[in-house]
Amino acid sequence: MPVVKSVRNIGHRVTEGIWRIGFATHFFVLVLRNSGSSFRRFRLTVKELYFTGVMSLIIILVAGLFVGVVLGLQGYEILKRYGSESALGTLVALSLLRELGPVLAALLFAGRAGSAMTAEIGLMKASEQLAAMDMMAVSPLARVVAPRFWAGVISMPILSMIFSAMGVFGGYLVGVVYIGVDEGSFWSQMQASVDFQHDVLNGVFKSFVFGVAVTVISLFEGFDAPPTAEGVSRATTRTVVQSSLVILLLDVVLTAFMFRGN
Amino acid sequence: MSSQPLVEIRDVNFAYGSRPILKGINMTFHKGKVIAIMGGSGCGKSTLFRLIGGALRPTRGEVKIDGQVIHELNQQELYAMRRKMGVLFQFGALFTDMSVFDNVAFQMREHTDLPEEMIHDLVMMKLQTVGLRGTHALMPSELSGGMARRVALARTVALDPMLILYDEPFTGLDPISLTVVGDSIRRLNSALGATSVVVTHDVQESMKLVDYIYFIADGVIAAEGTPEEIQASDKPFVHQFVHGERDGPVPFHYPSGSYMQDLGVSI
Amino acid sequence: MERTTLDLWVGAFVVAGVVALAILAFKVGNLSTYNASETYSLKASFNNIGGLKTTASVRSAGVLIGRVTEIKLNAERYEAEVTMSIDKRYQFPKDTLVSILTSGLLGEQYIGLKPGADDEMLKNGDAIKQSRSAMVLEDLIGQVVAGKAEATK
Repeated sequence: MPVVKSVRNIGHRVTEGIWRIGFATHFFVLVLRNSGSSFRRFRLTVKELYFTGVMSLIIILVAGLFVGVVLGLQGYEILKRYGSESALGTLVALSLLRELGPVLAALLFAGRAGSAMTAEIGLMKASEQLAAMDMMAVSPLARVVAPRFWAGVISMPILSMIFSAMGVFGGYLVGVVYIGVDEGSFWSQMQASVDFQHDVLNGVFKSFVFGVAVTVISLFEGFDAPPTAEGVSRATTRTVVQSSLVILLLDVVLTAFMFRGN
Repeated sequence: MSSQPLVEIRDVNFAYGSRPILKGINMTFHKGKVIAIMGGSGCGKSTLFRLIGGALRPTRGEVKIDGQVIHELNQQELYAMRRKMGVLFQFGALFTDMSVFDNVAFQMREHTDLPEEMIHDLVMMKLQTVGLRGTHALMPSELSGGMARRVALARTVALDPMLILYDEPFTGLDPISLTVVGDSIRRLNSALGATSVVVTHDVQESMKLVDYIYFIADGVIAAEGTPEEIQASDKPFVHQFVHGERDGPVPFHYPSGSYMQDLGVSI
Repeated sequence: MERTTLDLWVGAFVVAGVVALAILAFKVGNLSTYNASETYSLKASFNNIGGLKTTASVRSAGVLIGRVTEIKLNAERYEAEVTMSIDKRYQFPKDTLVSILTSGLLGEQYIGLKPGADDEMLKNGDAIKQSRSAMVLEDLIGQVVAGKAEATK
């Protein structure tokens, strides 16, 4: 019976998915509980900040600039039809701060830093480095996983803010310098409609949530990966796919709560 | 066997789900000895190894180290116990993101408040005992397999453990490294006054350096004794294993149906 | 990687984050004009507020001087009660006219204050008496159509 079989298949996938969510949540709690040394010995976290934050900086800067440039060009095309080119600054700033900055920066972060974290932890597990550490009475959760978690959580909002700032700069380049929208109205319209708390801080909060989600997924997948070359490569792929889906899903939820039409 | 036991394994059973791996193992490791646990691939050696390290819980029975039942300890007590243990993993398991020096210094920095100058001296002494003081600035990826194993050995004994566990220390080594590692195991054991447990299937190498051998087959102890006793044993399994014969109690063929039938030949 | 170089990069990264936040707050956002100074609140009632929303701007002579903080319906008189916070630097006379205006034909709605000539100034929590409601496009169209119908009779 192919129908019965495919229904059973769906059931199997659902139960397995729920199991994994449960394991990941447990893992998250364990990481939080083992976070003491990430702050007592902040050096460990600083080192990971370099690998997750600084190493993602180039791609964030370039992508932010390009997205801002494209927003400026497309936005101008549309606003011109209604004769409100002066609102270009508003359009660029609001779309970046509320949506594109946090979401795109998180997607890029998942691809750049998240996959690297999964691969690194997976390889440490496959080569028994984590087991060796555990046998040396040093908890791998506290020594290896937690500093990476906090580095990711700290990096993500910073990267997102840099992305948005670069994007606004890109929009300015195209709008004011290249097309010739009036500079004064570009900035003043932007300032009049961008609210610090409502737009800037909400965007930063979004990126913080994305940062937690992406790092937990990346670290969990690495920690849970089968200790083989194939297992690690699959886990890395899963990290990127799952992170991207979770980012977009969380974005829908957060947006619904934050910007309910007022 | 006059000295007091450091490790006592009493009636240990272990099963993955419904698949039994170990069935009623009894062992006693005395202080100052080098003990080998041998057996074919998949006989449960590695499981036993992880039971001694406290990474697994036995389904029945207990492993006692220095008078404490290892699986009854909480996380803190287990870590306190593990500080007194050293474990050498199969391929060394050096931390790939740290230099040789930092690898050996790892436990000293994690567990002690020693000043950095003293750690430097201690690390150099440990590296000297395995003959690799010159490599301290290299990264693990720049070492050969044999050298990595020796660095890992230096790291294992960094805090002068009372019990050292070796997981397949001879796998994949050239004959020279093999001798160096084997020699180091023996020397370190007497220098530290420690007890060493070597899990291996390398018969010839371990015969040279151990005091006592346990043979495991099908989850039970098939034979035990000093190297001389094992060498002279007339048990068919031990004989096959020690002399590396192709067929014997461990059959060459995996259980299967009729060969003729599989080939589709009808008689 | 040298420890000091690593520290330098991470330090630069964090500074870049702070700079980005500062740009977003002061250059892109309204933190320089809005939260920087102290405010006082004023109230006004309207028959109809149209599409006015909280955080909408309050302007006088086109200059941004405050924000709408609260909108609610007075259940006794069925009027909209709008609370706004105004920059302390700007004082308005008691007979100020408050009206809901639209920036451009399709732009967002905002509140405009047109000062009167009274000597007494409005204080924190005061209500403005004179108000002019929002233009509602449907009403306007309705009036025009009705006017046409009247004329053709």
